[in-house]
Amino acid sequence: MSLTNEHIKQRLIEKFNDQVLGFEESYGMLSFEAPKELNLKVLNFLYDDEELKFRFLTDLCGVHYQGQQDKELAVVYHLHNLEDNIRIRFKVFTAMDKPDIYTATGLFSSANWMERETYDFYGINFVGHPNLKRILNVDEMDYFPLRKQYPLEDQSRVDKDDEMFGRGGTIGFGTEKTDHGTIIEAEKKNVGEDII
Amino acid sequence: MSEQHIKLPEGSIEKTTTTLNLGPTHPATHGVMQNILELDGERIVSAEQTIGYIHRAFEKIAERRPLYQITPLTDRLNYCSSPINNMGWHLTCEKLLGVKTPKRVDYLRIIIMELARISDHLICNSIVGVDSGAYTGFLYVMQYRELIYEIYEEICGSRLTTNIGRIGGFERNFNDIAFQKIQKFLDEYPAVLTEFENLFTRNRIFMDRTIGAGPISAERALNYGFTGPNLRAAGVDYDVRIHSPYSSYEDFEFDIPVGTTGDCYDRFLVRNQEMWQSLRIIKDAFQKVQEFKGADADVYHADVPEYYLPPKQDVYTKMEALIWHFKIIMGEINMPAGEVYNAVEGANGELGFYFISDGGRTPYRLHFRRPCFIYYQAYEELTKGAMLSDAIIVMSSLNLIAGEMDA
Repeated sequence: MSLTNEHIKQRLIEKFNDQVLGFEESYGMLSFEAPKELNLKVLNFLYDDEELKFRFLTDLCGVHYQGQQDKELAVVYHLHNLEDNIRIRFKVFTAMDKPDIYTATGLFSSANWMERETYDFYGINFVGHPNLKRILNVDEMDYFPLRKQYPLEDQSRVDKDDEMFGRGGTIGFGTEKTDHGTIIEAEKKNVGEDII
Repeated sequence: MSEQHIKLPEGSIEKTTTTLNLGPTHPATHGVMQNILELDGERIVSAEQTIGYIHRAFEKIAERRPLYQITPLTDRLNYCSSPINNMGWHLTCEKLLGVKTPKRVDYLRIIIMELARISDHLICNSIVGVDSGAYTGFLYVMQYRELIYEIYEEICGSRLTTNIGRIGGFERNFNDIAFQKIQKFLDEYPAVLTEFENLFTRNRIFMDRTIGAGPISAERALNYGFTGPNLRAAGVDYDVRIHSPYSSYEDFEFDIPVGTTGDCYDRFLVRNQEMWQSLRIIKDAFQKVQEFKGADADVYHADVPEYYLPPKQDVYTKMEALIWHFKIIMGEINMPAGEVYNAVEGANGELGFYFISDGGRTPYRLHFRRPCFIYYQAYEELTKGAMLSDAIIVMSSLNLIAGEMDA
């Protein structure tokens, strides 16, 4: 009952020194990151440690942070200590061109499908996974649809170019601040081909 | 010609087991999912699941939609209890946006969520009955699910995919007919549930079919990420409503029923008990809603003009309301940047929303933690060595909803 975010942070720093970083608390949940080579070590430590006991994998998913050099893809683990009822978020980042991350299936059986889903959506290669193949999309698919370079709508459509609403040629919502809507002219062609 | 068409896999002549495709459109799977069972006689040697038949890429779609347009997507996750998904989504947004809801809204939400839980458990438990050969229970409880749907209809106008509520509260206040129907439900349902339990709980055939079918230990269940009634049937008293109360659940007194063996029978009993507890919560909440006096008695949403649509007559007559209406509908409201994970106790487990906002108008990333996607993995372990008929009953007692699994 006495486990606090501050204490978890101290334990992690004691064990991994400056390799765990990016500690922050967003909406009450402690969040941190580690180098991707360490992901299993950190998960194991969190699992085995007598105080921490993060033994329930609530969620595992991928995120594509477009434009972050060498840290474009992330795998996010949400862990839960059911005894002390405290949750943490743990992230590892990987580069787009070599998205290899060790699998957590040895520790959590539940990671199996969640990793398959993450592979399916983001193409993250979970090294050591017993059955890493697509789960929701068809096997023949040759791209990873949740990556940001695949826009949801066809960017070449002109009939929805609603300049008058102040969105200046970008289409749909939310494209002003982020750059997921803008796509380089050369890439545009490739995207279309991929989908067809 | 025959050589061309009949292509047996290598070694299949010597094979002593039979391969059976259970699904994807078999009526007993109650959803579009496929199981490739390897059978030795009637015993299951292995099972491989294929899912994704109704994958609709909600997570991708959500990246281009303003918040209020994502609510209808959540309807289509667990469509047997869509109000819980809707509320979970609103609560997630409210957590990110820092919206505080009035108590009356919380209680109204609890009424709706618990009604949804009852309707979901009703379907699940009666389907377990159907799959073990007892159709009567299913037909009998249907009219009370119908009554629940009528209550939804009074509140939001739709029945199955409800799109109920808004960020900050409800789109309109509950009308008198809705309250009357809730009262009717509270009056009549206990007798129905008792009758339903009488049909099954000590029924020799039902017990023989379900006791020992698809058991799982607490340890394995946790490792497999079980949540909700399935985890509680294995003996772990984890319930999001207690562990991280949302929507003022802390104001209510209720028990968490737990089982011991985690088999189909325990899951059935846990769900039945949960219906009784839900009923208790609804009664309390209904009482509390009646107790509001004066101006509080008509509150049905929080005062958040940035996210809550103004009344239509104001839009036509007041400038400010018109501006907000326009901005909300066009999705031109920027959200605060941040990451939030929020979970609610869905009817079949912990339904989580992992929401990353980069300060734009739509989620940068939205991930649904769908409980049955995670625990369906355990299906092979649950059915290995069991009979084919157990495979069906295990599937229905896990409460698998294809819409939620495939998102």
